[in-house]
Amino acid sequence: MNKMLTPQSEAELAECITAAQAPLHIIGGGTRGCAVAGDALTTQGLSGIELYEPGSLTLVAKAGTPLAEIETLLASEGQRMAFEPMDMRSLLGDSGTPTIGGAFAVNSSGPRRIQGGAARDYLLGVRFVDGSGQVIKNGGRVMKNVTGYDLVKLMAGAHGTLGVLSEVSLKVLPIPEASVTVSLAVADLAVAVQAMSAALGSPFDVTGAAYDPAVGLVHIRLEGFAPSVAYRQEKLTADLARFGTAETRQSSEALWKYIGSAAAFVGRTGDVWRISVKPSDAPRLAPQLGAEALQFDWGGGLIWALTPEGADLRTRMAQAGVAGHATLVRGSGETLAALGRFQPQARPLEEISKGLRRRFDPRGLLNPGLMDTDPMTPGRMG
Amino acid sequence: MEMPPPDPAILARKAHLVARLAAVLPGDALIQDPRETRAYECDGLAAYRCPPLLVVLPRSTQEVSDILRICHEEGVPVVPRGAGTSLAGGALPTADSVILGVARMNAVLETDYEDRVIRVQSGRTNLSVSGAVEEADFFYAPDPSSQLACAIAGNIAMNSGGAHCLKYGVTTNNLLGVTLVMMDGTVVEIGGAHLDAAGLDLLGVICGSEGQLGVVTEATLRILRKPEGARPVLIGFDSNEVAGTCVSDIIKAGVLPVAIEFMDRPCIEACEAFAKAGYPMCEALLIIEVEGSEAEIAHQLRLIVEIAQRHNPVELREASDADEAARIWLGRKSAFGAMGQINDYMCLDGTIPVGSLPLVLRRIGELSQQYGLAVANVFHAGDGNMHPLILFDANKPGDLELCEEFGAEVLKLCVDVGGCLTGEHGVGIEKRDLMLYQYSPRDLEAQLMVKDVFDPKWLLNPAKVFPLSISEDRRRAALAAE
Repeated sequence: MNKMLTPQSEAELAECITAAQAPLHIIGGGTRGCAVAGDALTTQGLSGIELYEPGSLTLVAKAGTPLAEIETLLASEGQRMAFEPMDMRSLLGDSGTPTIGGAFAVNSSGPRRIQGGAARDYLLGVRFVDGSGQVIKNGGRVMKNVTGYDLVKLMAGAHGTLGVLSEVSLKVLPIPEASVTVSLAVADLAVAVQAMSAALGSPFDVTGAAYDPAVGLVHIRLEGFAPSVAYRQEKLTADLARFGTAETRQSSEALWKYIGSAAAFVGRTGDVWRISVKPSDAPRLAPQLGAEALQFDWGGGLIWALTPEGADLRTRMAQAGVAGHATLVRGSGETLAALGRFQPQARPLEEISKGLRRRFDPRGLLNPGLMDTDPMTPGRMG
Repeated sequence: MEMPPPDPAILARKAHLVARLAAVLPGDALIQDPRETRAYECDGLAAYRCPPLLVVLPRSTQEVSDILRICHEEGVPVVPRGAGTSLAGGALPTADSVILGVARMNAVLETDYEDRVIRVQSGRTNLSVSGAVEEADFFYAPDPSSQLACAIAGNIAMNSGGAHCLKYGVTTNNLLGVTLVMMDGTVVEIGGAHLDAAGLDLLGVICGSEGQLGVVTEATLRILRKPEGARPVLIGFDSNEVAGTCVSDIIKAGVLPVAIEFMDRPCIEACEAFAKAGYPMCEALLIIEVEGSEAEIAHQLRLIVEIAQRHNPVELREASDADEAARIWLGRKSAFGAMGQINDYMCLDGTIPVGSLPLVLRRIGELSQQYGLAVANVFHAGDGNMHPLILFDANKPGDLELCEEFGAEVLKLCVDVGGCLTGEHGVGIEKRDLMLYQYSPRDLEAQLMVKDVFDPKWLLNPAKVFPLSISEDRRRAALAAE
């Protein structure tokens, strides 16, 4: 019977890892269901906001701090996490409490990725425990820091395979005074991508560009001070009129949550893929995917695809000659075992990644196999 | 500054190395005449010089790969070099090293406005990347002060910032992909025109690794459409504390200017004497720039002015046209030139939490008295990236050493208040021995492990980033293991 380890401090976390004799399944709030065999080790016991300086746009929190707690505190000062961490619980059918450490461990970035950057772009510093049980810090709590190698980026998106985050410091931003979404009726994907490219290539600082083919609407988000948003909305609506008729909605928070969490696929059976490509490749690739349903974000550069079980979209991308990568976000155990969760990498990159895992986790304890995309590795997981 | 002694065995094999490199490079790509290699003896940190063994100036990724493969086989250290503008000694050679300069690799490979990316060879200068997309009103956002001369290769190596990164981020936030040549000559592609490369964020760790993990030969960069306009406001205060509080209040109010520049009295006086920009003589000056349409600019400036007025400014000057805007920027942009006129200077770039600004400025003033060396402060206040300029006289024996000692005290102070040693210039040789002040041996070990993976023989850009004793131990161990 697998246990759940819940260390209450960074020192206890280090003890847990030092004492471990078998692989550990590293989780934050356990909202993503990436099953790895072994005892579960959660950071939920490491919770609490340690520092918040609104005038410096920085916050430091223990890794297991619930995202909601941070959002509430930030909102009280009119600030937020601008990278819009995705909430995958509905899509994956998981419960659990999303944590700040989990959000960074998977580099969870929402629709604002195209303008403000990914989660990793907001992570200023980390403390973590590596696979040898050593406590390591990197980065700090200032916006600009080039002191030594940037292990902060390396830890963001490493899914706990190089170390278990114990503390993170992040950059936060003001919540803009106003936010509107201009929605254009567009039936054709190629036209939709052109419209989004035109919007993103305009001087109007677009912070979201998505296309929902189910309803035939391109959504363009503008945020900022009210008079500025009103001005840009008018200009942009006029500029985009050549692509389709526009309507504007003032309150768009629910819409962008829907887009960011791939809510269109909730309750539908099949595999769910998240594909990152060059936006202008999307119209060519989409028909080749054999998907039952598609959603487009990041100006067309992020494709969410719902497919029949077992379909190998990576092969289809390769056949279409499209560069990028596809992550199997939701799939049966069989599909995950066959295809792997992450896109296999070119041999030299795979060797570098393996080399890093060997040094940071020499005993192979931390989510082993989770990010290993080498089909030759025994025990590789989806 | 101590550098590792050259390996006599390598020096003795110079002719052999030249022959091997000459076999894969065109004649003009290999420089071995000491009169010519001298041009590469230092970078922007000109106090330290050492001519390299050889200089190679390849024109393609293939040539870079051949050079690295040969040097790897021969066990010869390689120092990658962009434009040589590093202020930290990031491209300082050792006598037994080959300088690999990418300056001839300056082509634009692809411009893609629809996907908002440009792919360039890494020797292209920062400003000329923006120049290449200006026709369509686009630009490349990171704007280090040296942008006219500095190369994208060096920007990536140092993760360069600039005055406008408060809004647009630094190099790492604008870099989407690279072609990287590993020390053994292997060519790898990481990322591309799509967002967020697959797997571990190797791009993130390569950016800012000071040329120690591989040589970047091509880069895919994010380009942005230019805003409709931009305009600065100049605000003078009678104390650094008040100016610092004003910066914090502006940020808290939800205004995010593209730039907030801060100058203290010594800097204002020097700039005014040099550039005659008409600056008011006061304790602290802020130059705050906002972007957008005319109406948007006016709205943001109004909010900023309202906040500033609560702090009783001694001067408040809004640019009403391009000419006035240029005059507001004139003094700031000539700050380094103005300092150079007065004396030799050392430019630090420690970064601090914005809230610690008054304390740090006060302490720097005290240290200035103590060391008997004048300091002028000019910096990016929005993100806490300080630039204290310490004046010294290079011709006066002992002055450089005194200045370095003073500089080290300032950087330690930055770390003490929760900041870091360097915000955008990099560690190079200049700050390597202070690394153990910011990081524990264990923290550094984690960084060394990354180096072990990318460059197991420790041949790329030797003697930088880490304290010399640590990196030399590592290099010797790698040699012994062969």
